[in-house]
Amino acid sequence: MELANIFIKSAFIENLALSYFLGMCSFLAVSKTVKTAFGLGLAVIFVLGITMPINWVIENYLLGENGLFGLDLTFLRLILFIAVIASMVQLVEMVVEKFSPSLYNSLGIFLPLITVNCAILGGSLFMVSKEYNFSESVAFGLGGGFGWFLAIIAIAAIREKIKYSAVPPALRGLGMAFILTGLMGMAFMGLMGIDPAALQN
Amino acid sequence: MATEVLTQKENKGFSFGKKERALLTDPLNDNNPITVQVLGICSALAVTTGMKNALVMSIAVVFVCLFANMITSMLRNSIPKSVRMIVQLVIIATLVTIVELTLKAVAFEAYKQLSVFIGLIITNCIVMGRLEAFAMANRPYESALDGLGNGFGYGIILLAVAFFRELFGKGSLFDYKIIGGSAEYLIDTTQSWLFGWYAPNNLMVLFPSAMFVIGILIWVHRAWNPKLVDIS
Repeated sequence: MELANIFIKSAFIENLALSYFLGMCSFLAVSKTVKTAFGLGLAVIFVLGITMPINWVIENYLLGENGLFGLDLTFLRLILFIAVIASMVQLVEMVVEKFSPSLYNSLGIFLPLITVNCAILGGSLFMVSKEYNFSESVAFGLGGGFGWFLAIIAIAAIREKIKYSAVPPALRGLGMAFILTGLMGMAFMGLMGIDPAALQN
Repeated sequence: MATEVLTQKENKGFSFGKKERALLTDPLNDNNPITVQVLGICSALAVTTGMKNALVMSIAVVFVCLFANMITSMLRNSIPKSVRMIVQLVIIATLVTIVELTLKAVAFEAYKQLSVFIGLIITNCIVMGRLEAFAMANRPYESALDGLGNGFGYGIILLAVAFFRELFGKGSLFDYKIIGGSAEYLIDTTQSWLFGWYAPNNLMVLFPSAMFVIGILIWVHRAWNPKLVDIS
């Protein structure tokens, strides 16, 4: 039940995209159509779900003072985390290409782009600062990915519709996307009032 | 080797002409990293609640951008293409770690407030994007100028957004009270702030307002510079 709480909390209340505004670059750049947004969202869920437990193991068994080397190596955290993410994305890309060429083709360039998606590294750093245990970090990763997925689908759907509205020319496209994201963020602030512990009863 | 020919051509000194000036000024307007290239939004939103944080962040990004561009450009002929992403990330991560540890030692307050967002400079697409687009194909001198220009282009938007957010959200600039009343003002009416009737709007401190402010900045920027308007 604790794990379900963390999943819901990270997907809705602490949504990586709309509450913390992480991963905004690809969020704004890839959300022109629902189809591409769907592919990127799925890839983000996958990579977050894989990198989070690996980074948890690195943080707890390699970097800490009671880790493998018995030294305080936390200053290496950023470099190791980003290396894990880059290599996992590379690995995922190769596996998907080998076993499911159709999925690989539909994801296209968005798979390698995930390396520089701040939501992935940000998620790992949040996981460290919140001191989750192993299973909690898996739930946090999957929940965070799911929340990001929902958010990018929602903005892509709105942007597809707003193409037919009379927006001032200078505001068309990027400017409108920013304002829409701001409005969605305000809507998500309403979810912060939810107490996940209360859902248990 | 083709690279040898390239290095021959490179020995042309450190002139500062029209082309070099364009490298510095283009990112401020026509090719701004935030409002035109859509790079580095993530960190721009989080740190703009106050001018102080925005200034520290801008300096950090200018530093990382400048040196990452320069170092990558120096190494560009010896980086194998298949692992270039990881090499670039290691260069950026090293620089960011330097910034992080320096801040921790010199400005601990700012370090605590910026927390994960300093770390996120690594995934700041400005740095990575400029390495890919510019530093991998140009000599160190030009790359350094490009890094400096893009760092400043980022910093300008950051400071502009922070200006509006801090002024209307807290009624202050650099933590120095400028406009609006405060809780004390209601009790002690002898304090007469400029525009004492203005109550600071808490929404401006929250994340969504940063989106609105950047959205409106883009609107103003494109209305003033019509060739940037999105036609699609």
